[in-house]
Amino acid sequence: MIGELGHFALALAFVLALAQTVLPLWGAARRDGRMMAAAGPLAHGHLLACAAAFGALLYVFAVNDTSVVNVVQNSHSAKPMLYKLAGAWGNHEGSMVLWVLILALCGGAVAGFGRDLPTALKARVLGVLGLVAAGFLLFILVTSNPFGRVWPPPADGQGLNPVLQDPGLAFHPPLLYLGYVGFAVTFAFAVAALLEGRVDAAWGRWVRPWALAAWSFLTLGIALGSWWAYYELGWGGYWFWDPVENASLLPWLAGTALLHSAVVVEKREALKVWTVLLALLAFGFSLLGTFLVRSGVLNSVHAFANDPERGVFILGLLVFYIGGAFALFAWRGPAMAPTGMFSPLSREGGLVLNNLLLCSAAAVVLVGTLWPMFADLLFDQKISVGPPFFNTAILPLTVPLVLAMAAGPLLSWKRARLWPVLERLWWAALGAATALLLCLFLAGWRVGPALGFGAAIWLILGALADLADRIALFRRPAAAWSRAGGLPRAAWGAALAHAGLGVTLLGIAGMGLATDHLSAMRPGQSVALGGYQWRLDKVEDAIGPNWSARRATVTVLRDGATVTVLHPERRFFPVGRSTTTEAAIHTGLSGDLYAVLGEEQDGAAVLRLHHNLLAPWIWLGALIMALGGAISLTDRRIRVAAPASKRAAALAAKA
Amino acid sequence: MKLSRKRRRLWIVVLAGLGLGTATALTLTAFQDNLVFFLAPSEIAGKNPGPERAFRLGGLVEAGSLVKDTTADGRPEARFRVTDGPATVPVTYVGVLPDLFREGQGVVTLGKLGPDGQFRASEVLARHDETYMPPEVAAALKRTGHWDPKNGAPPPAASWNTMEPAPARQGS
Repeated sequence: MIGELGHFALALAFVLALAQTVLPLWGAARRDGRMMAAAGPLAHGHLLACAAAFGALLYVFAVNDTSVVNVVQNSHSAKPMLYKLAGAWGNHEGSMVLWVLILALCGGAVAGFGRDLPTALKARVLGVLGLVAAGFLLFILVTSNPFGRVWPPPADGQGLNPVLQDPGLAFHPPLLYLGYVGFAVTFAFAVAALLEGRVDAAWGRWVRPWALAAWSFLTLGIALGSWWAYYELGWGGYWFWDPVENASLLPWLAGTALLHSAVVVEKREALKVWTVLLALLAFGFSLLGTFLVRSGVLNSVHAFANDPERGVFILGLLVFYIGGAFALFAWRGPAMAPTGMFSPLSREGGLVLNNLLLCSAAAVVLVGTLWPMFADLLFDQKISVGPPFFNTAILPLTVPLVLAMAAGPLLSWKRARLWPVLERLWWAALGAATALLLCLFLAGWRVGPALGFGAAIWLILGALADLADRIALFRRPAAAWSRAGGLPRAAWGAALAHAGLGVTLLGIAGMGLATDHLSAMRPGQSVALGGYQWRLDKVEDAIGPNWSARRATVTVLRDGATVTVLHPERRFFPVGRSTTTEAAIHTGLSGDLYAVLGEEQDGAAVLRLHHNLLAPWIWLGALIMALGGAISLTDRRIRVAAPASKRAAALAAKA
Repeated sequence: MKLSRKRRRLWIVVLAGLGLGTATALTLTAFQDNLVFFLAPSEIAGKNPGPERAFRLGGLVEAGSLVKDTTADGRPEARFRVTDGPATVPVTYVGVLPDLFREGQGVVTLGKLGPDGQFRASEVLARHDETYMPPEVAAALKRTGHWDPKNGAPPPAASWNTMEPAPARQGS
């Protein structure tokens, strides 16, 4: 019964989404106030219907209703409640329901918080969001019904893939979807602007927070996914340039570019057409990611089950939304006259450079991700593009990006001179050069990690230099404190996000120096790795709620004193008959001690031990980046969105 | 210097061209060195990749061919044979085999072919799914006429190392 109600709620949501598309868009075209006013209530109704459907889905999973196919395939009564609930979105059908729920939440937020939005713009934005939602709801109803029944109901479900039974992965999809779907809102704003034929500073002020929020969630989602791969897959790596990972990186790169160009629209009313294009691209990449992951065209570790019918449907949606938006762009884009002059060397110029480099990087990732598919289709060649390709192609783009990243925020708008900026950055440059040389001296001729350390220090000190300059720390130290309080939060957020990337690079550079050791060990034996003694004490049996395991005890010592005791496991899940490796990780500031238990034979156990220098900083940096985004979101300019406060903030920044 | 609108547009076009050009050049250079081809055992003789070039070798792990050993410095070593029917390649891999590595099932390995005909794998890939067949392996088996995915699930694992081409299935 609950399942049928959920199904009905989805159908209702589809109808409401259609109404939310047609009425406001038509109303905006005819300047009919009543039809435009229908957008808000319809968006809220659509949100309610989606929430009901999602609630019903959670319910059938929570009570383990085995008459629902989806539950049978993905759940089991012996699973802990968290994973029963997470199982609701850990499969294709359920994750699509979560997708449309988050989209409806965004629509509801635009309707609820957008009171200051011009009526026509609001109606159009909600209309476009309704159109996007309608497409995906139709997709669910036609190809992926999450509430399909099975008769007779089996006694119990088949269980969720054990590697997915993990808190990291329980929250990874929702965060990622918040990011993906957040770009649907900027997309809707872009299409609405094209329909209106007008982009102004107010539009930029509305787009930027959405881009910022989507970007922050996407950053967190990607970081969580990478962290999960690191500790759960037990390969010791954090990024594999896997097609599915690339699919989430593409919208991130486009979104980062969008975030920065939206600043230019808001402050200087320049780069308007370009920003609209980026907003279309960012959502296009989100849809492309959805298509790649769900259609099974890509051969990947994480992809959902293959289904050509779904692939074709999503491809149709992709072509419809992105093709339609680009056609609209080609038609209406030229009408938007460029305004706001600036010289190449200026804040705007720096942001253009940022956009160019980020888009080039996105192009490289896109080609590397899609090429194997095209080579297969066109030349019948089976090839793969692995990490070496991406590393070689991305590094030359990252170097200028990072170099410019520290200098950009110090450039003044419209026209800047380079020398004063470099003067304020000399100590950051000195620190970076020291870090680079120190790494070369200590770790030998390892150019990659040395460059990484240099870049990391450059970014972190560069962000500090930016803040120090804004609060005049060195010129007028007495007034610095009060000036710090008056600094707009957007400035704090930007500096924090830039420093966050520096922290991530620090971790990546450290991982470049990581060492590992693989050996078959008998209890009592020990090996030396990374300045530690690793001793295997014993291997024994262990029992969990829905698995049994072999568990090793590894004592890690430094200079004879115990640092930590690690318990790597190999778990066997009787439901689904699969084995997983549970890496044991001891996290410290200087890095991770990471142990994986392999197979046992003749009393010896294979152990893979890693000393991952600075690894936790990778995800800490991402957290700092997202925090920077969040702080920037609390900026007065965004909360109040009043022209007066904007002028005051601009004055404060200038003075 | 105050730039006219025309000059600015020129600048932007030049910069964009530069960015695009760089990206293309980088992609092409990186492609040249880092594209990894997939070869089935029977294709190696024809393509002759040479000992320097890494490629992906895929096929089925011959039943009964897996020998686990330890290298001189105490690291675990696995030796097995990968077959697609007409040809078989011996593989050595130093490391921990994935949890789902099974004799008789599909496998994809990344590595280089030594002059002695031994394939030294640096990576062994297996999916988190027992019934999964890597698509390249499925295609290779289809080419050699052993199994067409259209005819349903692959034959039982134990029979793979004695594979005879199944003429009845060809051409379907």
